[in-house]
Parts: sequence; C-alpha cells; structure tokens
Amino acid sequence: MSKKQALGNQALESQGARPFIELRALTHAYALEGGGEVRALQGIDLTIERGEFVALVGPNGSGKSTLVRHLNGLLLPTSGQVWVDGLLTAHPSSLWKIRERVGMVFQNPENQFVASTVEEDVAFGPENLGLPPDELRRRVDDALKLVGLTEYATHPPHMLSGGQKQRTAIAGALATRPACIILDEPTSMLDPLGRRRTLETLRSLNQDQGITILLVTQSMDEATAAERMLVMVRGRVVSDGTPAEVFGQGQRLREWGLGLPSALEIADRLRERGLNLPAGLLTVEQLASALC
Amino acid sequence: MSLLLPGMHVAGGTPLHRLDPRVKMGASLLLMVLPFVAPSLPSNLLLAGFVVALAILSAVPLMALVRTLRVVVWTGIFMFVFRLFTTPGTPLLTVGGISVTLQGLGAGAVQIYRLCLLVVVSSLLTYTTSPAQLAHGVEAVLEPLARLGLPVREFAMVLTIALRFVPTLFEEIEKIVKAQEARGALIRTGPLWKRVPGWVPVFVPLFVSAFRRAEDLATAMEARGFRSAHQRTHLYRLHLTRHDLAASLLILALGAVILFVEWRMG
Repeated sequence: MSKKQALGNQALESQGARPFIELRALTHAYALEGGGEVRALQGIDLTIERGEFVALVGPNGSGKSTLVRHLNGLLLPTSGQVWVDGLLTAHPSSLWKIRERVGMVFQNPENQFVASTVEEDVAFGPENLGLPPDELRRRVDDALKLVGLTEYATHPPHMLSGGQKQRTAIAGALATRPACIILDEPTSMLDPLGRRRTLETLRSLNQDQGITILLVTQSMDEATAAERMLVMVRGRVVSDGTPAEVFGQGQRLREWGLGLPSALEIADRLRERGLNLPAGLLTVEQLASALC
Repeated sequence: MSLLLPGMHVAGGTPLHRLDPRVKMGASLLLMVLPFVAPSLPSNLLLAGFVVALAILSAVPLMALVRTLRVVVWTGIFMFVFRLFTTPGTPLLTVGGISVTLQGLGAGAVQIYRLCLLVVVSSLLTYTTSPAQLAHGVEAVLEPLARLGLPVREFAMVLTIALRFVPTLFEEIEKIVKAQEARGALIRTGPLWKRVPGWVPVFVPLFVSAFRRAEDLATAMEARGFRSAHQRTHLYRLHLTRHDLAASLLILALGAVILFVEWRMG
C-alpha cells in the first residue's frame, strides 16, 4: 500500500541495538513571568527498552509530566538530548515520525476527545498520517478490538463512562500503530472499575502486543503492576528498579513523600501484630496467597 | 438538563439518515428558499405537505420538533406583530393612530408559516445528519473555495470540534449552576431581575474551563500528530448512491412543479 503505511509498520520493527528511548543529561527550565526560571528537570539520564512496562511515580511538581512530554517532542530540552527510536526530538523533521511511534494519553479523558463519535476519534491520529479510508477503517477496528470497545464504535463521547473514554483515548493512540504508549495519570479521574479495566488493557497491550508502556501514576498499587519503577523527586530520578526493590527502601520512600502499596502496608501491620509473613508482598493477590 | 437539545442529532437508520449530507444540505436550502419565491397557496400546500412527509419519514419524535419550534416562539410573535401593524391595507382596528389591517393579519400568518418551515427543515437536517457528516458535507461543498486558498478544511475541523463540545459545555453549565445554587445563588428560581445577574457567576467559570479544555485539546491533538488540516484524510468517504440520485431528482422535480404552478398562476 502507501509509503506512509510502510512507515507505520516500520515503527513496530526493532532498529538495532539502541534502546528505544534514551535521555542524555536532560534538563528543562520553565521561564517565569517577570524573569527567573524553574528548573523542572535537572540532568536526567535514562534508557527505556522496547517492550518494558515502566511506572513513573513522584510527588506533585516533581517533573513527571515535564519528563514524559519530552518523549514525543511536546516539550524540547533546555539542554541535553532525547532520542526516540534512533531519532532526535529536537530535530523538527523527526517530530512527526516520533509522534507516530509514541502515543500519549492524558489525565482528563473528556479533554482529549476530538470527534463526535468513538470511531472518528480513534481515526484522528491515522487521519493525520494521511492514510486512505480502507486502511483507516482497518486500524480503527483493530484498535477498538484491542481495548474491547468494538460495540461502542458509533457512540458519542458523553454517552461513555470515564473508563470507556480513557480506553477510547488508548485506542486512539494505538491506531497509529505505535511502539510505545505513554500515559500521564490516566486513571486519576476514574472510578475503581474504570481504573481496573484501564490497567488490564495496558497489561494486555504490553504482554500480548509487545507495546512499551510508560505509566505515570500517583497510585502505588498501580505502580506494582509494572516490571520497572522510576521515582522522581524535584526534577531528578532518585530510584530506578523493580517495584520490590523500590518499595524495599522503607524510610526513603517517606522522605520522598510517597506511600506504600496497600498490600505492603497491610502486611507490615500484620507483622507488627506478630504474624509471620514473607517480605516483598506487593499485590493484594500475593498477600492473599501468603495468608490463605 | 435533557441531553436531547433542540436540533441535536438523533442516530437512526431511516432513508433520510442514510442520504449523503451534501444532498440533504442542498435539498434543505431549496426547501427554505422556495416559500419566498413561490407565494401562491397551491405551491405552499404542496411544499408543506412534502415537508410533513419528510418529517414522518425521518422518524423524529413529534415532541422533539415541537420543542425546537418553542425556541423561536418569541421571534415568531415579534414578526407577526410587526407585520400586523406595518402592512398597509383595510384597517380592522386602530389604536392610537396605528392600524391593524386585514392584509397585515395575512402577512403575519405567512411570516409564521415561513419561520416554522425554516425551523422544521433545518432541524430535520440536523436530526438526521451527525455533526461529523455535516462538517464533511460543508467541507465537500466548499472544496472549490479551498483551491482559491481559503482555509476550508481548517474551518471544517473547527466546526467538528465546536459541535463535539456542545454537549460537554451544556453538562458543564449544569454542574456550575448546581454549584452556585448550593451556595445560595438565584439562577433558576426567584424573580427575573434577580435571576439574570445570577448567570454571571455561571458564565465566568464556564469560560475559564472552556479555555482550559481548549488548551488540553490542543496538546492532545498535537500529540496525535495533528499538523494542519491539509494532509489529513477521512475515515468516512462521501459517495453518491442511487438513493442520493433519486432523492436529488425528487427534490428538483418538486422545485420544478412549484415554479411551473407559480408561472401558470402568473
């Protein structure tokens, strides 16, 4: 088919040994009104490989959103470099290829809905690539199937629940066939069921489709779903490891202003009451199987 | 607030719903212009009968059409009264030097009829055509102007987004009204002279939030690779079917018959 479609498929192929995302000494400063600046990112070195599921946590104002907005060129570095799939975000001609390969989902599901029906909204990204209608139809149908919203294709956004809107946004990101999806606190405005469905969707996209997921979240329970966890405090990545390693740092977590996953907290309290439990119970499922 | 606002699209599978938006827009225009070029009674009986038939065919609930007509009640009354007093002719009643005339009564009635036809035809169009279809229709019809360098595609994009945010903003108004009423504002109750200033603290936060939404939406659009409306393609392709052709011929035939009747009646 078209040259553009070939480009889209290329996004799924690996491009040699370089990591998918590579940050080198990335800093970002926002200029303040009336002079001065705020240094939101202070020299970040970070790599993310293809197929990883990474959770990014940190208190408000720690620079999480600023960081992820560099990964598809919505923001450009004040100094340092951002490489995505071998392309430099600061290079204007790379920007559109990068945005095709890195999808992004935002916090408020209502404010990222462009069109009046689910399927038209999902089509927005690939429409921007200039794909022919047949290919658009195929991509929209595939994306809706992956998030389980096929029967809602012709619904208007205001007839959907928050979770369904957020899954529509994920389908919209999927429709350009990206290698990576970044989600900036996608569940913070959802009810518990919406949260669970959204997280299940992300897990299956990561495991079954091999899509790299970077999930920014305030919920420590959600962070345990990831295989790798990054903690940001005041513009720096202060911890990088598996959730078990990160949550194993007890006292430091409190200094960073972060809580514990509820399973870990319950296990701690049970231990205080004299119950003999193994360490590293991160999820409710693990806790349940240790108890029963 | 009811989610079925006057003039809002109702999904359906009637023949009217399935017609190409360009055909529907052209037909609506013709139906709205005809009563002005064809004043005779027989033509207008034919025309009104045709519009009633369309309304039945569209399966739009009668109450929805009535509710749409209610929107123009005051405009209708004003136009009627204006005509009643300003049309010269046989005086029926004189009040302080201004006369109500027999001709005025007739002209006023004609005004009301035209207004109703205008409203019913345009709401039939919006009831049976989704905002997206409408926007695509507008874009397709204006396409020749794009070649002259006018930003037709951008205009269609803006139109789509504006239509998409109509229900969102209505929900927002409802939310703000409730919040302000909870603090004792008089908005939906109380005397009119107290209610009108009550809307100020509704519209200020509405505008603030609309700007925030616009900002978020612009970021989301950029993240999804939006550059300009130019190289975009569309999920839906407009193509004329045999039904569209038949409908176009029917409406043109109606126009021809009406013009013929007018010509014969001089």
